[in-house]
Amino acid sequence: MKKKALSVSFLLIVVTSLMLAACSSDTESSSESENESGSNGGDVKTIDFMHLWPEGSSKQHNEIVNSIIDEYESNNEGVEVEVEILGNEQYKEKLKVLSASNELPDVGMTWSAGFLEPYVEGNKFATLDDVIEENLSDAFVPGTAEAYALDGNTYGLPLELNITPVYYNKAIFDEYGLEAPESFEELKEVVQTLVDNGVTPITLGNKDSWTGSMWYMYLADRIGGPETLTNAINRTGSFEDPALVEAAAQIQELVDMGAFVKGFNGLGNDEAKGYFINEQAAMYLMATWDLPEWTTNEDNPQEFRDSVGYFKFPTVEGGEGDINSYVGGPGVGLFVAEESDVKEEAKDFAAFFVEKWGEQSVTKAGVIPATKVDTSETDLPQMYIDILNDLNDASNLTLYADVQISPGVAEVHLNMIQALFGGEVTPEEFAAEQEQALADEE
Amino acid sequence: MNKVMSNKWVIALYVLPALLVISVLIYFPIILTGYYGLMDWDGIGEMTFVGLENYANLLTDEKFWDSALHSFLLAAFSTLSLVGYLIISLILAGKIKGSELLRKIYLIPMLLSSVAIAQLWLKIYDPNNGIINSFLTAVGVENTPVWLADSNLVLYSIFVAIIWQYAGFYIIIYSAALKGIPESLVEAAKIDGANPIQIAYKIKLPLISGVIKVTIILAIVGSLKYFDLIYVMTGGGPNGASEVIASYMYKQAFSTNDFGYGSAVGFFLLVICLVITWLIRKLTASEDEIQY
Repeated sequence: MKKKALSVSFLLIVVTSLMLAACSSDTESSSESENESGSNGGDVKTIDFMHLWPEGSSKQHNEIVNSIIDEYESNNEGVEVEVEILGNEQYKEKLKVLSASNELPDVGMTWSAGFLEPYVEGNKFATLDDVIEENLSDAFVPGTAEAYALDGNTYGLPLELNITPVYYNKAIFDEYGLEAPESFEELKEVVQTLVDNGVTPITLGNKDSWTGSMWYMYLADRIGGPETLTNAINRTGSFEDPALVEAAAQIQELVDMGAFVKGFNGLGNDEAKGYFINEQAAMYLMATWDLPEWTTNEDNPQEFRDSVGYFKFPTVEGGEGDINSYVGGPGVGLFVAEESDVKEEAKDFAAFFVEKWGEQSVTKAGVIPATKVDTSETDLPQMYIDILNDLNDASNLTLYADVQISPGVAEVHLNMIQALFGGEVTPEEFAAEQEQALADEE
Repeated sequence: MNKVMSNKWVIALYVLPALLVISVLIYFPIILTGYYGLMDWDGIGEMTFVGLENYANLLTDEKFWDSALHSFLLAAFSTLSLVGYLIISLILAGKIKGSELLRKIYLIPMLLSSVAIAQLWLKIYDPNNGIINSFLTAVGVENTPVWLADSNLVLYSIFVAIIWQYAGFYIIIYSAALKGIPESLVEAAKIDGANPIQIAYKIKLPLISGVIKVTIILAIVGSLKYFDLIYVMTGGGPNGASEVIASYMYKQAFSTNDFGYGSAVGFFLLVICLVITWLIRKLTASEDEIQY
């Protein structure tokens, strides 16, 4: 009996090792063949390119990408671009997995600052300063390429740029004789009038708490000036700065007035946007990626689209911030993998892509590119032209807080935003908790 | 056939493929997770060995214990709801009109994907346009609850949806078990003058006690590792009020980029589930199974 058991276990070991051997030899051979086609493939060089605009959900984006790739391939004989497309969340996860196994695509999309950091520290992304100097100097709106820089090197070429105005429904405002507010006091008066008339003043999807974070960031900017929050994050200042506590107190005052839609902490951003589109709420603070919704999207009724206007976040009396300072930042950008076999071609392709994207994205897909746009020669809805002009006058652009800080602290920040809006913490506790998290990181 | 099966080599040959697949796909990753739990790793860069630090942090992590408490609450509620499912199954097993149709109706939620169920309940709970609050407003309630946005209510609101989601699953298990009870036993009891409640309590329940034990384990372990509806409906918010162990693990690994800690949470969850399964088996072990 004992002998039998022994032989069974022996068989097990043999089969297992055979299987493992089969696995390993398999991966070896496949990586070899990859190398061959990469390094000495004199005929065709293949650039693997991964992006996150599937045809179904981002049709226009997808079409522009394909036309740029076609143009690039016809300009460059012997270079082929292989595309892989995934939706946003899956994209983020796949990128992480690919990076762990050293199989990043040659060119792909990344977000700025906090997202980029682990990849740069793991030495996965190539520096792109040479590309910018050569082909793209002076092409970007100031402050955008910098968001992809770490220790003086740039690791991403930004494609999008967004700022966050407050959109409002002119029809509702007219009905109650209201004007777009320019100071925070006026904003409160508008809110009070709407509340008195039973209209929801502001819609907010704070289940995705980055939405509430934008309200907080603006108030922090208007009260304490653009540096206060940034300094708290980069540790030259403190989160317990009086201006940051005061901003939190102002948020709670708005909540107590009934400024935000009922149940905002349980609503996702898309649901909250629904309230604005269905004209159930008068105001909505969101980034310019929603501009197509108010201008060109045929799914929304013409009457509604005509009644949408926007105003810059009002200034607070006695505060340091000015009205031309924005919360916003670049969205996705392109990276080139450090270990790419076709690095030179990949860099060339990335630069070409950014340039062409800048020419086409705003007119064809309604995306504001991070490259400068000449508004005089384009045929755009008026709201785009206004926003693009505002962008030229921008005095400051503060990157979204949850992107600026490391993922661990961002989690604390976002939780605290929900707690602050929900009235679970006092402004002082709100500040103290985040100060603690930031201090722990150091 | 018997002769073939007496050869140990043949048994090994037949068992091996499944054993290999399960080892590579399940047991190996489990060991790997435990191993990652010993590392400081952001999922991208280099791993560094930190020993039991992650596990030590876990024991003092208030947020983790809050989410563990929520998971245990869910386990308690799902176990209690088994009583309800059982009563419904007993009623349906009786010869009432339309019980076939009703059984099918109860099964339908099981055919929906979790995300669809979550979307459905999100609409039901919508604080302004949802069916519940519309009804409450119509009957004159002034301050309607905000359900998913209220830290005190959110957990229970989701529990209701989860209990609804699994009704069909357990009812079908109980119904199948009840169908297996020989008709002659019930008839004999009837002749002896037992009323339906006595039949259910004295005959049917003891006969399906094995199945009941299994469903208790399924309900408790399933609740402890529950993830889907919570992730879609609230993402664990507001401010962690509906966080459970699995969603906390996901957040640690994928949102805060702390794969080491996330793995430690995952491994700890496995240990909790193992211990509880063992405990339930111990507590519900009866001397001998009742035979027909």
